[in-house]
Amino acid sequence: MNFKLTHFAITVIIAIVAIGCGGEKKGRAGARSDVQEAAQKTYVAPGDLDEYYFFASGGHSGQVYIYGIPSMRHISTIPVFSPYPATGYGFDKESKEMLGGFNWGDAHHPSLSETDGDYDGRWLFISDNANNRMARIDLRDFKTKEIFGPIPNVSGNHCSSFVTENTEYVLAGSRFSIPLPRHTYEKIEDYATKYKGVIAGITVDPKSGKMSLGWEVLMPPFDYDLGDAGKGPSKEWGFWTCYNSERATGKLEVTSTQKDRDYVVAANWKEAEKAIATGKYKIIDGVKVIDPKDAPGVVFLLPAAKSPHGVDVSPDGKYIVASGKLQSITTVYNIEKILTAIEKKDFTGTEDGIPVLNYNSVKEAEVNVGLGPLHTQFDDKGFAYTSLFVESAVAKWKLGTWEVVDKVPVAYNIGHLTAAGGDTKHPYGNYLVALNKLSHGRHLSVGPSQPEASQLIDINGEKMSVLYDAFTEPEPHYAQIVKADILHPIEVYPKEENKNPKAIWDVKDARVVRNGKNVEVLMVAVRSSFEPNKIEVNKGDKVTIYITNIEQTTDELHGFGLNEYNINVVVDPGEMKIIEFIADKSGVFPYYCTNFCSALHQEMQGYLLVK
Amino acid sequence: MQKYLERASSFFEIPLDMRSRVLVLLAAAMLLPSFFTPMWKMTLYSNQFPDGLLLNIYAYKLEGGKTPNQDDLKEINSLNHYIGMRPLIDDDFTEFKWIPFVFGGTILLALRVVVMGKMSKLVDLFVMFSYFGVFSLWSFYYKMYIYGHELDPMAAIKVPPFTPPMFGHQTMANFEVYTYPSTASFFMVAAPLLMTAAMWLSRKTWLAEQK
Repeated sequence: MNFKLTHFAITVIIAIVAIGCGGEKKGRAGARSDVQEAAQKTYVAPGDLDEYYFFASGGHSGQVYIYGIPSMRHISTIPVFSPYPATGYGFDKESKEMLGGFNWGDAHHPSLSETDGDYDGRWLFISDNANNRMARIDLRDFKTKEIFGPIPNVSGNHCSSFVTENTEYVLAGSRFSIPLPRHTYEKIEDYATKYKGVIAGITVDPKSGKMSLGWEVLMPPFDYDLGDAGKGPSKEWGFWTCYNSERATGKLEVTSTQKDRDYVVAANWKEAEKAIATGKYKIIDGVKVIDPKDAPGVVFLLPAAKSPHGVDVSPDGKYIVASGKLQSITTVYNIEKILTAIEKKDFTGTEDGIPVLNYNSVKEAEVNVGLGPLHTQFDDKGFAYTSLFVESAVAKWKLGTWEVVDKVPVAYNIGHLTAAGGDTKHPYGNYLVALNKLSHGRHLSVGPSQPEASQLIDINGEKMSVLYDAFTEPEPHYAQIVKADILHPIEVYPKEENKNPKAIWDVKDARVVRNGKNVEVLMVAVRSSFEPNKIEVNKGDKVTIYITNIEQTTDELHGFGLNEYNINVVVDPGEMKIIEFIADKSGVFPYYCTNFCSALHQEMQGYLLVK
Repeated sequence: MQKYLERASSFFEIPLDMRSRVLVLLAAAMLLPSFFTPMWKMTLYSNQFPDGLLLNIYAYKLEGGKTPNQDDLKEINSLNHYIGMRPLIDDDFTEFKWIPFVFGGTILLALRVVVMGKMSKLVDLFVMFSYFGVFSLWSFYYKMYIYGHELDPMAAIKVPPFTPPMFGHQTMANFEVYTYPSTASFFMVAAPLLMTAAMWLSRKTWLAEQK
């Protein structure tokens, strides 16, 4: 054989093998310039603070999780619908009463309170899809203060919570239509006629934030799935997407996807208020429900692409964007066209007395975004971002020109997305978080039960870029991103504010008071002791412990764990918590500080003696 | 000897001229800030308190730096109880009663000097006030000594007895402590200086008149 040919062949073989083996190793990408840039953008140095709060819903874990942006670090958890021993939520008298006997909820869509269409830092509302409730978190101390519900007539509060421009209402509705009032029995075969859906407006007291039922509208048995409140020109309107206009039952994935179109519900809450004021309502389960047949002008239906999931109002309030998850287009409606069509009675039919507007008269544009569009958010430069579940991507398109300008793949299968300030009149721009449903392969393997993946995306430039993979607690359905300087929480409850007569501020006042079989303990927790450090009761006594943390310094928390009685509470500086239990086990039971507080934390203990 | 006594006598008879009286009035005014600004300031820095714990000592009270999330005086007392140091409580310091009383008395006596205008009265004022100043400094030091040496024998953390610094820097356990006089003290120090100037000016005037 020719020596030169052999030499050449060997060189080629070596080259091929070298290229084949020298490819990128799985693991860290290291020094690539785009990676360095992303690292710079997301790194928050020790001692520095993030720029934005990212409040993510916890879905069926029932809580709200707070992360920082751009670091995407989990900072803390606000327990809402589920007990949380780390802070003692659900173990003390007040929180137990608030949970109302339930120990979970499906926390879906958080909504920050708004004034004139921008976040005002007062409250965060979040809906419970499972037990039909609405929770309000006070952003002064980041605690759940009120759980409203179960809301009468509403079944499966999924299309919630969305606040109107000045937080007049938090919107709610039924995902799973049922016969009304609740606890009525009707055969499933009568679904199309005897089952009913409901959309509702929950009134928020502007001073205290306390929720009460404002109005409800009786709706056909569709599945009311998502929503958004209008702003600016559309500020008197609430919008809901619904699927199953087929009024089907059985295997819904087949039976409810037969028709080409479903609807966007448009309800005017000012008209609803008028209807209530003029007596145009029925009482169902103790609350005022408007029947659209008796009160025209309150609600209308806009035809939408099949099985829509997600309706969002643009920052200027002019456009209403609804995506049909089983098609590849997003429909943009124009509020002025909607109002004109209503005036001209440009209807193409009715559903249970509700006029259906002419699609072609109210539609502004159809944007070809991609496969499985769900939910849209907005930035400060006139762009809209739509999540594409099936395609596992985010599409960026321009309002006005309706052209898709960029698309970025996400890992994997995005549900909702949140832009910084993305549902307000003045979005901040800069960041978008993709709330993805599947995280396999993006993190160290943790067995069959996998976390969710949320990706931080930079939306400043023409092209979007994915900056960071974060693994969020199950499972964020939606989130709110607000600039850090809008919120000013306290970190210590001032002593002067605590008017409870059982709260004591001096070790000298600690005592045990016996009243027959009721024993009251007024307890002080301070570094590093409990006073009293000995409680003597008889078996069968009802014991109530009022424990006050008299510290007035931030981060000086004290816990109180009572062995074998399944009790743990954590008391914040200046706070008083109430623990109630029956001393049904005799013996000696230690109690101790569960939340690390000081150099002598281990010595912070006492004994409960049950004779 | 007799000559010196006579000279001293005539010195004490010197009338105070207008300039001197004004200076004495100003000296009295120098004591006013002590009724509302701190006399001494102590700051304690550590890893956990990078911004420092601040203790302001007024003529009539103790006050810690206050932010919505922290009361420095409460914090200092909480930390001190581990080493067995007595808590710093206003009621334990009689100084907070007699210092404002003495300042009030001094101002009255100064006004007396301004009205009656005689050197002897000014010298009395100066000497009494200086004595008071020296005594206060000694009292301050003594209190620091007592608090740092009379530690509770049952304290959880045993430290050797110490004296917290009255002036300058000292390391106390994991704290870097800096102590310095504050606003009211600076004004207070000006008072005897003004009184001396008043004495000197009037003496000069009197000497000139002798010629």
